[in-house]
Amino acid sequence: MALSQRLFDAIVDGHAQLAESLVEEELKAGADPVALISETMIPAMDEVGKLFREEEFFVPELMLAGRAMKAAMEPLRPLLAAAGAKPVGVVVAGAVKGDLHDIGKNLVISMLEGASFKVVDLGADVWPEKFVEAIREHHPQIVCLSALLTTTMTAMRTTVEAIKAAGLRRDVKILVGGAPISESYATEIGADGYGATATDAVALARRQVGLSN
Amino acid sequence: MRAEFTPRVFSNLAIGNADDLVFGVAPHPVRCGLGLEIGSGKVYPEVNFTLPTMELTEATWTQVRAHYEEIGRQVVARAVRLKSPGLVLEFEDLPPMTERPEWGAELTQILKARLMEAQEKSGLPSALRVTPTDIREKGKPPRLRRGEPCETLLRAFEVSAEAGADILSIESVGGKAVHDKALVVADIPAIAFALGVLAPRDMAWLWARIREVCERRPGVVPGGDSACGFANTAMHLAGQKMLPEVLAAVVRAMSAARALVAFEQGALGPSKDCAYEGPVMKAIAGVPIAMEGKSAACAHFSPVGNIASAMCDLWSNESVQNVRLLSGNAPEVFAELLEYDCRLMNAASASGQAKALRDLMTLSDEWLSPQAAVLSPAATIEIASAIVSKTDPYDRTVAAGRAAVDLLDRGAREGRLALARKERQWLDRIGEALEALPADWRDLQAQLEPQYGHLYDKESYGLA
Repeated sequence: MALSQRLFDAIVDGHAQLAESLVEEELKAGADPVALISETMIPAMDEVGKLFREEEFFVPELMLAGRAMKAAMEPLRPLLAAAGAKPVGVVVAGAVKGDLHDIGKNLVISMLEGASFKVVDLGADVWPEKFVEAIREHHPQIVCLSALLTTTMTAMRTTVEAIKAAGLRRDVKILVGGAPISESYATEIGADGYGATATDAVALARRQVGLSN
Repeated sequence: MRAEFTPRVFSNLAIGNADDLVFGVAPHPVRCGLGLEIGSGKVYPEVNFTLPTMELTEATWTQVRAHYEEIGRQVVARAVRLKSPGLVLEFEDLPPMTERPEWGAELTQILKARLMEAQEKSGLPSALRVTPTDIREKGKPPRLRRGEPCETLLRAFEVSAEAGADILSIESVGGKAVHDKALVVADIPAIAFALGVLAPRDMAWLWARIREVCERRPGVVPGGDSACGFANTAMHLAGQKMLPEVLAAVVRAMSAARALVAFEQGALGPSKDCAYEGPVMKAIAGVPIAMEGKSAACAHFSPVGNIASAMCDLWSNESVQNVRLLSGNAPEVFAELLEYDCRLMNAASASGQAKALRDLMTLSDEWLSPQAAVLSPAATIEIASAIVSKTDPYDRTVAAGRAAVDLLDRGAREGRLALARKERQWLDRIGEALEALPADWRDLQAQLEPQYGHLYDKESYGLA
């Protein structure tokens, strides 16, 4: 089997160490880093996304493939930095003020990272000011807000307002999600999008940075 | 001077035969509250509720109080109107109500006052369960045994008991940070470590303190814990097709070993409604249990709607917002739904047909989902037997997981449980991972340290 096919399979099957060593082999054999990513690694992740959408894969397969992709990127990182390559987008994410539930948010973050976004995780119980600070510091294109309680979802509105008041609203797209959240609530508070699931969130984020799904 | 407490040891089953695991009856009923006895023949509704979409601040406090006043008044009135033989209200604190324990206490008093009025005027036996939020999860890694969140949580138990709580419960979070990370990659060794080592260590510490609060206030009962943040997270993710259902089913069984620690430390039941591991507790410790299923669809969907009621002693709706529906406000509506569910179960018991109804509840769900398959009375006895065959929480967790894999595998091979190809592959994978676990949890801890060590504070688990 060709080396590139083995790398493709290693990523799809979520074998991180194997994927990393295959990239090293490819580089030793003189492969072009950018071509390796665009012709083998990204198609492998596209295949993973397809299998997930078709319900052939669960999140663990998706996450393990994401890890394999990340590991495979390690030997390429210095070469790409030299070439000025960037992540597909920067995201700031957090569970809003008062909300301690973060597994949904964590899942979204892991899946965004698997989709080659750089994510700044602010954690849980994040106050509006902290989101504002993080936007100023990290210059994200996207801010993801999560809430699980009917009494904390209101903090999404105050967070959106704080971002507006800080004059940063035009700089970011705000995506919201969580059990009590709906499309209409997202519209009502002035968010840019609502994702019912982590998969939706990734699809939304990709659209916000001009990528197709 | 208080007598020294010796943790209870469970090496046998309180109910050894699946035929004896039936709703409404537990070997060790619990008397609590205002003349209520749980587990001595009848199933009672446990009504749970929350606020509608609103902010919870000092500025809205008057409205918050009014909501709880209204909920208490309406639910109690519905119970009286329907001649309910008994009622439990569960007041689950929202985080600010634990962070400011006086807020939680104020609402506890409001709800208890409604129950007392109903008892005086109508003779309604009742009890109030209060469940503070485990707010110790703040910080990275969370510090569980010291610091302000921990002290505030312990104070919340104290003031809740003082304000009129009859039953204290919690959904404790020890080990959750590790479990959260492990679950989404189906990392069975790390799941076993979180559920079998970290969570039991935290629960032993925490439940000793909850028991002490109850000892200081005779009449207040230490209820039970819930693996809500663990097994229910798996259940919900499986419901969204994010995780394999077989994984959620195995995690459910594994979480039962964790739940037992509360009872070793003095909890008496009823266990929490969202603790679907409750039937295993009933089989091992003989305690009454609360369960939720089809009548909790207001809070979440479920593949175990009927089977969940097969062995319950309290029947709950999990949580519903105080919003207006056509007939009335949602908590009152769900009080009625639960009451009719309970009436049917109690009529079956009174006419000697409890087991027949239980079997129908079981049969209607059992093989339609792996998660239901591990909840049947027979599966409960298998899992419970596996747990009591071991003594260490880690060994018990692994044994419970293996028992669940074994019974799902048998169900699939015998053609009763239809597993999709990928579910079948996952079941094999999970089984292999469980078989490959180190015999000693210390070896597992060392193995997991590079990936998971930063997620838990060793001192919080007595591992420093």
